[in-house]
Amino acid sequence: MIRKLGIFFLAFIYLTTNLFAAEVNFQGKTVRWLIPFAVGGGSDKWARYYGPLLSKNLPGKPNVIIENCPGGGSITCANQFAAMPAGDGLTILGDSGSTKFPFLLEDPRVKYNYNDWLKTVVLVSPTGGVTYVSPSTGYKSTSDFQKLKTVELKFGSQGATSLDLIPMIAYEILGLKVKHVFGMTGRGDGRLAFERGDANLDYQTSSAYLKVEETLVKEGKAIPMFSWGIVNPDGSISRDPTFPNLPHFVEYYEKVYGKKPSGPIFDAYKAFLGSGFSAQKMVFLPKGTSSDIVKAYRDTFSIIINSPEHKTSDNEEIGKYLQVSGINSEAVLKNTINVNAPAKEWLRKYLSDNHQVKF
Amino acid sequence: MIDALVSSLSLIFSESHFLYLLFGVAFGIVIGVLPALGGIAGFSILIPFIYGMDKISALAMLIGMTAVIPTADTLSSVLMGIPGGSSSQATVVDGFPLAKKGQAARALSASYIASLVGGIFGALVLTAIVIIAKPLILFFGSAELFMLGILGISMVGVLSGSSLAKGILACGAGILLSTMGTAPATGELRSTLGSHYLYDGIKIAIMGLAAFAIPEICDLLRSNAAIAQKESGIGKGWLRGVIDVWQHRWLVFRSSVIGVIIGILPGLGGSASNWISYGHAVQTAKDKSKFGKGDIRGVIGPEAANNANEGGGLIPTLLFGIPGSGSMAVFLGGLTLLGIQPGPNMVGKDLYLTYVCVWSLAIANIVATGAMFFISKPISKLASIPFGLMAPFMIMIIYFAAFQTTFTNSDLYTLIVLGGFCTLLKYFKWPRPAFIVGFVISDTIERYFYQTLQFNGWGFLHKPGVIILGIIILISIYFGNKKSPDLQIKKNIKQLKMTSIFNFQYIFVALIYFYFLFIVIDSASLTYLGGVWPLAISTCMFAYMSYIIFFQKKVLADLVDTDFKTKKESIDLFRSFLWLVLPIILSALFGFLISMIIIFYAILISKTKASSLKINLITIGCLGVLLGLSYSMGLSLPRGLLQSLIKLPWPFG
Repeated sequence: MIRKLGIFFLAFIYLTTNLFAAEVNFQGKTVRWLIPFAVGGGSDKWARYYGPLLSKNLPGKPNVIIENCPGGGSITCANQFAAMPAGDGLTILGDSGSTKFPFLLEDPRVKYNYNDWLKTVVLVSPTGGVTYVSPSTGYKSTSDFQKLKTVELKFGSQGATSLDLIPMIAYEILGLKVKHVFGMTGRGDGRLAFERGDANLDYQTSSAYLKVEETLVKEGKAIPMFSWGIVNPDGSISRDPTFPNLPHFVEYYEKVYGKKPSGPIFDAYKAFLGSGFSAQKMVFLPKGTSSDIVKAYRDTFSIIINSPEHKTSDNEEIGKYLQVSGINSEAVLKNTINVNAPAKEWLRKYLSDNHQVKF
Repeated sequence: MIDALVSSLSLIFSESHFLYLLFGVAFGIVIGVLPALGGIAGFSILIPFIYGMDKISALAMLIGMTAVIPTADTLSSVLMGIPGGSSSQATVVDGFPLAKKGQAARALSASYIASLVGGIFGALVLTAIVIIAKPLILFFGSAELFMLGILGISMVGVLSGSSLAKGILACGAGILLSTMGTAPATGELRSTLGSHYLYDGIKIAIMGLAAFAIPEICDLLRSNAAIAQKESGIGKGWLRGVIDVWQHRWLVFRSSVIGVIIGILPGLGGSASNWISYGHAVQTAKDKSKFGKGDIRGVIGPEAANNANEGGGLIPTLLFGIPGSGSMAVFLGGLTLLGIQPGPNMVGKDLYLTYVCVWSLAIANIVATGAMFFISKPISKLASIPFGLMAPFMIMIIYFAAFQTTFTNSDLYTLIVLGGFCTLLKYFKWPRPAFIVGFVISDTIERYFYQTLQFNGWGFLHKPGVIILGIIILISIYFGNKKSPDLQIKKNIKQLKMTSIFNFQYIFVALIYFYFLFIVIDSASLTYLGGVWPLAISTCMFAYMSYIIFFQKKVLADLVDTDFKTKKESIDLFRSFLWLVLPIILSALFGFLISMIIIFYAILISKTKASSLKINLITIGCLGVLLGLSYSMGLSLPRGLLQSLIKLPWPFG
């Protein structure tokens, strides 16, 4: 109790001093939080979790409204945001992995540049994912891996340049024979195809996988293989905090091949895992926003993610992942958008050779 | 199970839960009555408020809201000819002609009773089937869903009205328009002409407004008469509608079954159930000649189906966490905000929550039916006032609704271009239902055909579900083509008349012809998987049309020669269409609000003889509603060039 009070007190002091020092005050204002995805999706739920907290903790307690601007796989809205003037900190953008991928793959539709937002990123929210396989393939545990390599696997994918690019690269590194069936409208579609027996390989993001674990895995209808792992700011990969008992991809590879994965293909995996999962969702202010306003936001998010009510929250979009704010978020973003040239080259060639993606 | 049912019922009536349910119902009625706002808008508005509410209250409120939308949105479909939402598009086809004949009361009461029966049926099915739903959903794989799509398309024959050739070509155009945007299999861009907006294709909500609302408003502006042409106004007939439903009770039952089944299967949605049951009503009728001109069966069938669809749609959402429709996707988001985990636990430890949904659904349907009878009478008086007084309000609501799709001005541009096309479809007597069915079902067919080929190969044709559905399709086509001898011979005697060289119908037909050709060229450059569906359809359509043009002069006469051709009529039509284009131009320049102020005064002054006091009151009242709506729901209004140049205070900015 005393500790709680203490934190609140500190937060209060922090907030008020900050308020006076920076003279940033949003009293009576309305902050528009742009979410380039539809209502009810993962990003929307995430923003609606943070929205009220942001409103409560920003100096002057402004209204915070979530404005969904779906379309073009989030590119359209991000483009509009990128064209906005620096302004007064009353418009912010929440992105997702599907906003970063087209940028990294140099999609001509993209008019935004993440380098512009290095100085204005204020929050990073990670997530993870787990891949699993049907026992009908004969796979029971890691020791059956060699057998699995000879089976034709079918995977329901949302598209070659969607978030499902990460499993695609992972399976490619492992040397699995996978037929990617595109056109799934969401991961739920993929799971349904798996349950019907149409597909025999699938993955779900953390919150959805917990349900799979409860049902399919318990009933013996799905065998978990590995989690994607979490990319640390130094570039190393560690176990997913939501699934501490499951090996991550690199561990799994080492176990079945006896060596570490390497080369441009593995660099591509790391880079896209970073932007697709480990640093999936971010919050930005428009480029060139004054440092006072950026600091006010960063401090506010630091207060939120260190508050006891956040730490005990069971919001499934947040999970057990460490949220990053403050100056650290800058480092994470820098890491995320720095894909080395050979990795990018390999990926573009792979996608155009194998999946007819045109660049 | 019985225990859970009873305890859930007492839960709803304990504490303030019931009040929330009533609030949900009231809100749902408002959303439903307002044209084009449907379940998605309703959920999007309510969900931010449920954060922190208790589960029972929030569920009761959300279900109450969604359950009554299909009942309430009939009002604008019947009275104004504007689909109240994408799941009541088919209702317009016969409901609006009934209102024009002065039988609005009959159509409304029949639709409310049919909705009630459908809604209760949906709740009953939900009660029983949650236990066995899982194998059912798993049985319908990509192959079976593909066959259901084919079943939908096979309805085109009966939706074509007097000309099968026009029906097929309209359906083809609908299919091809829906392939615009990113290809489901490869993510390639198809026929977007470089426009970013079209990357996501054309949204069904906009298509519904374009196909039904714009042409009707154009028509009414031209005649400037009241919607109900007879002196009687909305007519009496409230009892007549009830009797109609009783007379067609088996149609109500069958349509409810169709609605529930389509609801249960993820991937088809409310719009499909509405159209398939409409097609079903037509094909099972002995005398088809009245459909499209005001046949009560065309109202009863789709209305029973769209309410039953709600109950069915909850099943995959609650059991699998897989939404069967757009609005269920939003609802699903709401569930997770409440901390409710969709999945097997919904028939296990959380069964009581499922039954809270069931009861909410049933109670909401009963309350809504009562309420709609109560409020319909005063509201339906609208149908008998001169249209000039109503036109600005309807224009405002339609554009506001269209803008909710992506919140850009492009929504409005798309609406007016498609609306112009559909107005011509209407005037040249092309069957819009066939066009819309093609548009609605194309994606289902393409997606699942591709998936099933990848998963099962051509062997999918041997699956028992596919064979059963194949037989149903054959029966459906057989019934559709039987028993309408009057339609078959009617047009055969017509000769091609070259009345004038500059006949706009020739240009229109040529436009469609070249659109097919354009798609052939556009999709030929795509990869095999991305382009095969539009390429196949456009090639068939182009070939079919060429065949008609060069070898079937009689059919060609049918395509280019309808009764509509006086010069004055054409000019009037064009003028009233300009009234619809004007607000969009003004909005692009000065923003929506200023544009609406101008339009209100312009239409009211030029089209009515209202006093200046009345004009001012109408304008202020309607714009007040608009601002209240957008402010309270946090929805923005279209901004124009002016707003991008200078900063204006709310509400102008």
